[in-house]
Amino acid sequence: MIFNKDSWKEIFDTIKKNKLRTFLSGFTVAIGILIFIILFGLGNGLQNSFGKFFTDDKVNTIRLYPSSTTIPYRGYESNRRIKFTNSDLIDFKEKFNEKIEDIVVRNSRYFQIKYKERANNYSVRAVSPGHQEAELTIIMKGRYLNEGDITNRKKHVVIGRLVADDLFKNEDPIGKYIFGSGHSWKVVGVFQDEGGDREERNLYVPYSTMQKIQKNNDEINQMIVIYDKNMSYDQSLLLEKELESYIKEKKFISPDDNRGVYISNTGEEQENSRQFASVLSIIISFIGIGTLVAGVIGISNIMVFVVKERTKEIGIRKAIGATPNSIIAMVLQESIFITMISGYLGLIVALIILNAIGDNLMAKYFISNPYIETSNAVWATIILIFFGALAGYLPARKAAKIKPIIALRDK
Amino acid sequence: MIEIKELNKSYPIGNGSLHVLKGIDLKIDEGELVAIMGSSGSGKSTLLNIIGMLDNYDSGSYKLDNVPIKNLDETKAAKYRNKFLGFVFQSFNLINYKTALENIALPLYYQGVSRLERRKTALEYLGKVGLADWAEHLPSELSGGQKQRIAIARALASQPKVLLADEPTGALDSTTSEEVMDLIKQINKEGKTILVVTHEHDIANMCKRIITLKDGIIMTDVKKNK
Repeated sequence: MIFNKDSWKEIFDTIKKNKLRTFLSGFTVAIGILIFIILFGLGNGLQNSFGKFFTDDKVNTIRLYPSSTTIPYRGYESNRRIKFTNSDLIDFKEKFNEKIEDIVVRNSRYFQIKYKERANNYSVRAVSPGHQEAELTIIMKGRYLNEGDITNRKKHVVIGRLVADDLFKNEDPIGKYIFGSGHSWKVVGVFQDEGGDREERNLYVPYSTMQKIQKNNDEINQMIVIYDKNMSYDQSLLLEKELESYIKEKKFISPDDNRGVYISNTGEEQENSRQFASVLSIIISFIGIGTLVAGVIGISNIMVFVVKERTKEIGIRKAIGATPNSIIAMVLQESIFITMISGYLGLIVALIILNAIGDNLMAKYFISNPYIETSNAVWATIILIFFGALAGYLPARKAAKIKPIIALRDK
Repeated sequence: MIEIKELNKSYPIGNGSLHVLKGIDLKIDEGELVAIMGSSGSGKSTLLNIIGMLDNYDSGSYKLDNVPIKNLDETKAAKYRNKFLGFVFQSFNLINYKTALENIALPLYYQGVSRLERRKTALEYLGKVGLADWAEHLPSELSGGQKQRIAIARALASQPKVLLADEPTGALDSTTSEEVMDLIKQINKEGKTILVVTHEHDIANMCKRIITLKDGIIMTDVKKNK
């Protein structure tokens, strides 16, 4: 019956001649799918922006900043300033060799940079090559700093996209020399950063070079420990504790001193953001399921109404020889056909709308690149079609069972 | 053609039951034109519904064209209705979104007749009831008499053994009623067995045999000799 060409012809006739009914049920399904996909997509977009917000820096890092002690310890007075040096870096690396991937140096400075007649003040970060990974810096042109730059204390610089825009306008900066802090620096690369404009106004130079030109010191202001990204949050907390006690012992800081060395674990931020993201996804799922349920109720109502409206017709058909099964098949085929076509239309329109939205809502509503997984969209459509069919089947079966003489009395 | 013996039917009402048909014995031969008369509540409609397999009976026997009709499930009843019977109703019962031609072709659809064949047969019967020019009109564009003629054409299209008409003129004025009855008589002349349920004496008098029911039993059974 289902694959009978003639029964399809009969159904197309019915659909063509009952435009309002067809429109009502089709519209309900199309709107249901449309709203579901758009809401779900926007929710995903919100999650996207949220994710972007937290992917500026690499998440599996622990930052170490020396500061001043507050408790006297082992013969040292309080308020002693703690310093990290190049030899500390070597010791740390040796001690934690197995648990970490790298320890990166960052000494931040701020001074005027000049190119020809153009000049501006920028933050200059004196770093080791591993800093690229810790900050997720993306090279647009040229290269990042390398070990050779560190060892040979080269006056090389990697400049941010906006620095290049400011100083070089349309010129190619690679190989040019800029002037800052009393020295000339050769530009070897231009970078961009997901972190946004502020990050792209930085310059990176080798920390060894900076130490040399600043009275040949060996001080390190900040170390960034990059640990294995497969490490769990709890494991990273443990590593943090180990680092803290090791440094405190090495630098003669009281274990009870909350200062002396400041340690911050980006894993913690990640944990927070992960929790927020999971709450967000629960809310999104809730909205999605809610819309779908509303859609199912909508299509069910329409189907009950449609079958009710056709009770008399069903009676007539039965009186002239339609079997109960052929009645059920007729109602089901029609409803499935309409819901499939309109469900598909709703799906396509919704995807087009989502695509058109793109990043347009980012500035105002914090929604970027809304999307929906194809599988989710398809499942939602299948669910609506299934419940549409079920909602049609139940009253159709009831109507098919009614004695024709009773169905015929229906006005 | 129709053989009914000791037919009983009662409907449950509250705690008791209403005995509607109290032992009906009836034999109708092929080619007869029979009117079933009676006031409302006499059981005439119930009898027609049982003959039309639209309702079940409690006891007795009913044979249609020598096929015993008893305890049919809906699917079988539908098939027998399609094969043996054509219905004409008081309120026409045409499907309002289908044209005259499509309405007539519908029983053939349920017989599995091909689309082309259906159309051909439907046109033939449309001509037979004198409405060949109205093939593509919807029921709402037809007069009451025209609708009933379409309904008769539909009932005939499946070539049934028996035509059952339940108050076929109940919704028509007297002139139109006569036209419809003339059509029914003509069909009968061609050999079709026809049962007409009516409460109008004029209509009954146009038939060859009049059976009068009262309180569930046959009061009179008169054959007219012309």
